[in-house]
Formats: sequence, structure tokens, C-alpha cells
Amino acid sequence: MKRMLCALLLLLPGLASAQQDSMPSLTGKPGDPTRGRAIVANRSVGLCLLCHSAPIPEERFQGNLAPNLAGSGSRATPDQLRLRVVDAARLNPDTIMPPYYRVDGLTRVARNFQGKTILTAGQIEDVVAYLASLKE
Amino acid sequence: MRSLRLAAVLLAVFTGSLALALAQGDSRHSGYQDMGPALRKMQDDDTANPAMLFVQSGEALWSQKAGAAGKSCADCHQHATVSMKGVAARYPAVAGETGEPVDLEGRINLCRTNHQQAPALATESDELLGLSAYVALQSRGQPIAPPNDVQLAALRAKGAEIFRQRQGQLNLSCANCHDDNPGKKLAGATIPQGHPTGYPIYRLEWQALGSLKRRLRNCVVGTRAEAWPFDAAEYLALESYLMERARGMAMDAPGVRP
Ligand code: HEC
Ligand code: HEC
Ligand code: HEC
Repeated sequence: MKRMLCALLLLLPGLASAQQDSMPSLTGKPGDPTRGRAIVANRSVGLCLLCHSAPIPEERFQGNLAPNLAGSGSRATPDQLRLRVVDAARLNPDTIMPPYYRVDGLTRVARNFQGKTILTAGQIEDVVAYLASLKE
Repeated sequence: MRSLRLAAVLLAVFTGSLALALAQGDSRHSGYQDMGPALRKMQDDDTANPAMLFVQSGEALWSQKAGAAGKSCADCHQHATVSMKGVAARYPAVAGETGEPVDLEGRINLCRTNHQQAPALATESDELLGLSAYVALQSRGQPIAPPNDVQLAALRAKGAEIFRQRQGQLNLSCANCHDDNPGKKLAGATIPQGHPTGYPIYRLEWQALGSLKRRLRNCVVGTRAEAWPFDAAEYLALESYLMERARGMAMDAPGVRP
């Protein structure tokens, strides 16, 4: 029995990396939550409010395709939030949340966006800092 | 042999009851139903629907002689109210002259070039939109009835494939929004089921009448995917698929949209 468990545990690292649920900082520098809030609020930069609602009362039209971002920082660590924003498909392959920091595996990307990530590494860190500040 | 026949009977019973179930539980609806009362009223009232101005100019063009043949649409098709009834509900369809599938705008332009011997009307021009709105109006209330044709079947299959293909920098498929999330809010907009019943539409955001192609193009650009050129086969494929997906639904063109 014990030996079997050991064998199972040996298999686990592979499993764990396939389903890793967090990611370290992309820049090594802390992000700025105020800039992050502005990115999240901006319909053509963050695009988050197309799908999500967030505690940003001055933005009147917010989406309901996805969970409210209020309390994000209580539900997940910054490293978990980062992976979610970088490439949510790694947690849920069927997600509709766009991959904000990935350029491969995409189809027919418009010429002006080709080879570019939706957000830069610095912007991702700002967004993560903002999300982490949303405590409930 | 007997078991084969049994299987056939069972299959017939199954597909029959499936068709019945679909008919009873049909949750499809026009984008009209996703709009607020003010916009619905605007669409319902022909004196308030801005698309009707285009219909009027389309009606005027209908009996205007054009091209080297010196013929008007009416010279060959007489009263549109009779000859064009239910026509828009069948398009895209295969054109007799070329044996190729065309959408309604393409069909009208074939008449321009072949029968009137006049230059084709420009994509999204007031003239072409006016004529197609006038023709589409004659199908009001008619059920969408795409023709059975192998070429069209292939086109629809292609359209269905495109509809489910994720694309663009945002990596979204048409189905992600219109099959999986209709009725939800994308920022301020209610995601419609994406049926083509009301086209061409007057869209307040455009301050203009626009074709189904223009609408599809907007959605493609929204996913940050490369928009196909207006004459691309992909639109015809998507239009054919959307009409099949809306088979049996009532036409309500010309629509109004936010
Ligand atoms: C096209 C829609 C869409 C957009 C745009 C979008 N998301 Fe999401 N997001 C989702 C969906 C749907 C989920 C729910 C989980 C899933 O399906 O993957 C989600 C989940 C999340 C979660 C986890 C929430 C929880 O409580 O579990 C976070 C955090 C998040 N998104 C942040 C963002 C941020 C920040 C942006 C903008 C930079 C953004 N999202 C843009 C659709 C979207
Ligand atoms: C991110 C979500 C999203 C995606 C992806 C999307 N659409 Fe849409 N679509 C919308 C919204 C929202 C509207 C309505 C906009 C409005 O009325 O302001 C719309 C409108 C439409 C309509 C008009 C429906 C009507 O009632 O007038 C059609 C048809 C349509 N889309 C087809 C498509 C096709 C085909 C694709 C894929 C190429 C696609 N859409 C991709 C969100 C989306
Ligand atoms: C010289 C005669 C002629 C003129 C002028 C003409 N058409 Fe046609 N039209 C035809 C013929 C013939 C067909 C059928 C072609 C075929 O075999 O599919 C047709 C088909 C159509 C159809 C498709 C009908 C259906 O049942 O599928 C539409 C719509 C149409 N015409 C619109 C117009 C419009 C709009 C104009 C004016 C801009 C016009 N036509 C001018 C001869 C004409």
C-alpha cells in the first residue's frame, strides 16, 4: 500500500505542472494598483468590463459573462491571479477569457495585433496589483 | 434484415420525436426581442423606422430604367409585392445564370450586370441597400426557408466550421457568444442569438443602413481577427449557415438595432 502511494506521488509532479495554478512575477517589480485599475476600466485596453463587473462605479456599462472581480484578492493569491490573466486557458481550456499574455496558438489575428500580447508584462503586473487589492 | 427494418423504424420514430421536441421547445428568437421597448417601437412603426427611408428609395429604383438594356427591375419582375414575396427568406441561393451561390445583394447585382447591362452597385451603397431592403421587406413574416442544394449544403458546413472556430487576438468564436452566452451583457450590449432575420438593418451606432455582411465584419473585428474583404467566400458561408440556423424563423426586415 505504502509503496503504491509512493509510486503515485512520483507521478504527481507531472500532474502538478500540467495543472499549475500560479505564476511568478513577469517583471520582478511590483505593479501599480492605480494604473491597474485604469487598465481594467478601459474598454479598449483591458477589455475586462466587457465580460466582468468590478467595483469601478464610474463605468456604467459592465458585463455579466464572468464573475464579479470584487473580492478577487481575497479569493486568490497574486501569483494565482497572474496566471489567470496571462492565460486563463491553462486553468480551463474552454474559457472565453482572452489570453492576455500569449501570442502562440491563435488563429487569424488582425495584422495590427499580430505578434503582440493584449497587455504588456508591466501592464499585467499593474492589473495583478489592482486585483490583489480587491479584498472582501 | 428484419432488425435493419426495425432500426429504420426506430430511427424514424426518434427523428420524428426530435423534430417535435425542437418545435415545442424552440428557444430561438430574433434580436428584436433583445431590444428595449423604445427600439422595438421604432422598428414596429414604419413611420419611425429610419430603414423605411431606404426602402422608399429602393422602391423608386425598382421602376427606374437603367443600363444599356434600358430596363427597370419592374419591367421583368413587375410588382415586387408579388414577385419578391418570400425571396429574401431563401437567400443565399444558387443563381440560375452562373450556377454559383449568391446572397441577396449578389443576386441583385447579377440582375444589374446581366439583365440591365449596368455596372454593379457598390457594396454597402445606398442604392444596393435600398433595393435589398425593399426586396427583404416583401418577406416580412415569411419563414426563413433555405433551399436544398448540395452546393449550399457544402457552404453551410463551411460556415458552421467558421462559426465554431476561435479567432483573433481575443481567441473567441462566434459560438462562444451567440450559442453559449446569448442574453448576457457584453458591457452595455445584450448578446443576441445572432439570427439574420432583420437584414439589412438600420443601426443607430452606424447612423446608417447596413448589410448582414457589415454586421458580421463588426463581430470579426471585435475579436481582433483579420476582417475578410467584403467579397470573401467566408461571409457567404457564414450567411448560409446563419440562415440554416434560423430556418423557420419569421423574417422581420428591415430591423433597427442599437
Ligand atoms: C471575453 C470575456 C472575458 C474578458 C474580456 C475577461 N475575462 Fe476574466 N473571466 C472570464 C470568465 C468567463 C471567467 C470565469 C472562469 C472561466 O470561465 O475561465 C473569468 C475569470 C476571471 C478571474 C477569476 C475570477 C474568479 O472569481 O474566479 C479573474 C481574476 C479575471 N477573470 C480577471 C480578468 C481581468 C483582470 C480581465 C481584463 C484584463 C478579464 N478577466 C477579462 C471572462 C473574461
Ligand atoms: C464577444 C462576443 C461576440 C462574438 C465573439 C461575436 N459576436 Fe456577434 N454580436 C455580439 C453582440 C454584442 C451583438 C449585438 C451588438 C449590438 O446590437 O449592439 C452581435 C450581433 C451579431 C449579429 C446580429 C444579430 C441581430 O439580431 O441583428 C449577428 C448575425 C452576429 N453577431 C454574428 C456573429 C458571427 C458570425 C460571429 C463570428 C464571426 C460573431 N457574431 C462573433 C457579440 C459577439
Ligand atoms: C431583363 C430582365 C430582368 C431585369 C431588368 C431584372 N431582373 Fe431580376 N431576375 C431576372 C431573371 C431572369 C431572374 C432569374 C434568374 C435565375 O434563373 O435564377 C431574376 C432573379 C431575380 C431575383 C431572385 C428571385 C428568386 O426568386 O430567387 C431577384 C431578387 C431579382 N431578380 C431582383 C432584381 C432587381 C432588384 C432588379 C433591378 C435592379 C432586377 N432583378 C432586374 C431578370 C431580370
